[in-house]
Amino acid sequence: MIAVSEVFSASITALRRNKTRSMLTALGIIIGVAAVIAAFAVGAGANKSIDEQISSFGSNFIMVFPDRPGRSTTGVTRYLTYDDALAIEKEVSGVEAVAPMINMAATLIYENTNWSSSIVGSTPEYSNVQEWNIESGRDINASDVRQGAKVAVVGQTVVDKLFSGENPIGKSIRINKIPFTIVGVFESKGLSAMGSDQDDFVLVPLTAAQRRLVRWRTAGRIGNIYIKGVSMEALSYIQNETEALLRERHRIKAGEADDFAVRNVSQMLEARRKTTTIMSMLLGSIAVISLVVGGIGIMNIMLVSVTERTREIGIRMAVGATEKDIRMQFLIEAVVLSMIGGTIGILLGVVAGYALASFTSAPPIFTLLSIMLAFVFSAMVGVGFGYYPAYKASLLNPIDALKYE
Amino acid sequence: MALVSLKDIRKSFQLGEEEVEILHGVNLSVEEGEFVAMMGPSGSGKSTTMNILGCLDRPTSGEYLLNGIEVAEMDSDELAHIRNSMIGFVFQGFNLLPKTTALENVELPLLYAGVARGERHKKAKAALTEMGLEDRLYHEPTQLSGGQQQRVAIARGIVNRAPILMADEPTGNLDTKTSDEIMALFRRLNDEGMTIILVTHEYDVALYAKRILHFRDGLIIRDEINEKRRNVA
Repeated sequence: MIAVSEVFSASITALRRNKTRSMLTALGIIIGVAAVIAAFAVGAGANKSIDEQISSFGSNFIMVFPDRPGRSTTGVTRYLTYDDALAIEKEVSGVEAVAPMINMAATLIYENTNWSSSIVGSTPEYSNVQEWNIESGRDINASDVRQGAKVAVVGQTVVDKLFSGENPIGKSIRINKIPFTIVGVFESKGLSAMGSDQDDFVLVPLTAAQRRLVRWRTAGRIGNIYIKGVSMEALSYIQNETEALLRERHRIKAGEADDFAVRNVSQMLEARRKTTTIMSMLLGSIAVISLVVGGIGIMNIMLVSVTERTREIGIRMAVGATEKDIRMQFLIEAVVLSMIGGTIGILLGVVAGYALASFTSAPPIFTLLSIMLAFVFSAMVGVGFGYYPAYKASLLNPIDALKYE
Repeated sequence: MALVSLKDIRKSFQLGEEEVEILHGVNLSVEEGEFVAMMGPSGSGKSTTMNILGCLDRPTSGEYLLNGIEVAEMDSDELAHIRNSMIGFVFQGFNLLPKTTALENVELPLLYAGVARGERHKKAKAALTEMGLEDRLYHEPTQLSGGQQQRVAIARGIVNRAPILMADEPTGNLDTKTSDEIMALFRRLNDEGMTIILVTHEYDVALYAKRILHFRDGLIIRDEINEKRRNVA
């Protein structure tokens, strides 16, 4: 018996003799492994970005917003009202908090500086539902809402843009020319997973927004409603109950379409996660198929190589190589070939992962496990598809092999 | 005890539907230190006998004792071991590994004997030096002349210190002068105590041997002591 290390160095010598052919054969494995690595890294990256979105939105909340405004045939309600929000809070069980909201864009002015930002008019529940913490000062409170007080809590970006280093608390800014007093600053959340700046907004009391900023003619009209459930599991129930309640409140007859829409954001993201998982599994299986095809390529070349080297096999047998020695030689050649392919493939896969991820904006995630797995799998392809040619070589009769022309 | 002993060796091949017997009961015994030439026209069975003697092929029936051990019933691994430790081969077509240096070619039997790298180098170098190729160690077969290639093959045959060297038409591809040089090497090895069995159809070459076996139609028809033995030129 001959030592495995000897066979390894011999097989590298043999592969070197046919450099071009060896590289072309390894190419199948290179592409396969690269595809596996890239597909799983991009998939993992996309999943992580969705996870981040879920956590930045708050884990379990539902959005209600008006649908088809102005096209109601009944002439009843075409929008959501503050009373709708109160009714949901009171009548739907499983609700932890309800935040009625008005969203708008506005120009902020402080002294000579101005900045366009988004304004949220809401209640103290907003910070709870959207999971905002106060960094300094205070949040808006129930009495602000009751009185329609012209106070504002600002996000970090607004502070940076309007107050260069100054403490904004107690300062007066003008929102669409209406003066508001800043009472608090939110803790920074940074960029969202989608890349937008979450800190670029101003929270004002709902009533102040209604009266001073949007000036809708209908009292109590709001933009939309965010509902926070007590748990993820409660969301479906809350969604159904809210739909039923609003249909009743908006007097929508059976068979008529809703004039509002209820969106379960977590479920939407969950669905997107499923889609990405399916996509990466699909890509992964295509990659695995290409690995198998690469393996067949190795088998093909090894069979050719066995035929070509029949005389060599005969010589080796004549000087004392056993069947097992010959089998080992060709098997290890196939394994070395596929492992070289695997190594190059891993490097290429990392490059391809980053290249692909530049389209999806989610950075790819390479785990040691996926790299190890790809490497082991490529070695296994070598063993799997190298065995038959190696076995065939070992069965040669030394006399026939020596006479082979 | 004879080094090699064949008793009633028969060998048949399947040729389509028919079974053709090529050896019809060969009896032969070779003592240690002999130099035997097997002669005969092609198809006479000399090469088949050689292949059986060299453990490259198995007889269909009969008894083959090599150094007192029954070889005919051995499995392929045991035969590989016997070839490795007992027999060196030299072929007509040299049968060196292509794109492989002379040194690596000579190391091959040692590799399969499990000899460590350093030791392999040393022994292979010594064998090549013995064949006068000390300045051709790292040449590949295509960079060597026919005579040099055959000397590499002989070095490979003797590197393991196997007691028997078998040569199948070793001069078949060589010119007369080179043939004589190669045969002189065989003769020297024999003088040093190595048993040599040679297949040839050239009488001139056979004359280097101490004993000549004449094959005809699958049998040894004459077994003579060579009275006209050629000396080294």
